[in-house]
Amino acid sequence: MFLAEVIGTVVSQAEQIEALRGRTLLVVRPIRPDGVRAATRPRIAIDSIGAGVGDRVLVIDEGNSGRQILGAPGRPLVDAPVKTIVVGFVDSVEVGGEVIFDHAAAPSANSVR
Amino acid sequence: MYLARVTGRLVATTRTRGLDGVKLALIQPLDERGEAEGAMLVACAALSVGPGDLVHFIDGREAALALPDETFVPVDATITGFVEQAIVCGRDLTDDLTDEVATRDAGEGAR
Repeated sequence: MFLAEVIGTVVSQAEQIEALRGRTLLVVRPIRPDGVRAATRPRIAIDSIGAGVGDRVLVIDEGNSGRQILGAPGRPLVDAPVKTIVVGFVDSVEVGGEVIFDHAAAPSANSVR
Repeated sequence: MYLARVTGRLVATTRTRGLDGVKLALIQPLDERGEAEGAMLVACAALSVGPGDLVHFIDGREAALALPDETFVPVDATITGFVEQAIVCGRDLTDDLTDEVATRDAGEGAR
């Protein structure tokens, strides 16, 4: 899993891929724990929690996990080409005993540099 | 999945079993500004795409799962759909594209 900030939205019909129908697609930019952008390209992730632009989120990038999350409980999707899923909001990050991100303290001042 | 722009088509007549009839396209992954990021890739196309299209693609094992028929094939990037609108960092990336495609089509019409 990795930390990311939601920086945009994608609208796509994606008729070929049944698993994508009706899903919200978000553009997420991987970030380091301190909020600085990581040196990797942004990804398009499927939303599973109702995230929006500006949110700091937890993203999973593994197919079998993704198929479990998007399927019904106990019945994962079969052979669905899904991989990158937004699975959580980040409330705070603590590294080496120091809180370096706290959403509750200053949600707007914590945006990615 | 990632954002990319289709930059060309590719023909490979002799290929591994299971990939017969699968279309190949050259794509350029994009960053959040809609600019080229990293090297161009060859991707399978689950749908009919042409140069200039803004698309999303998936990589890894899921690339093979995105193909419509045979899904146990050696493929590591597949275009999964057209991007109709992409608003990233407050900018609509599809705006630039509309202009470019319009310019290209106008140029082709003039010839």
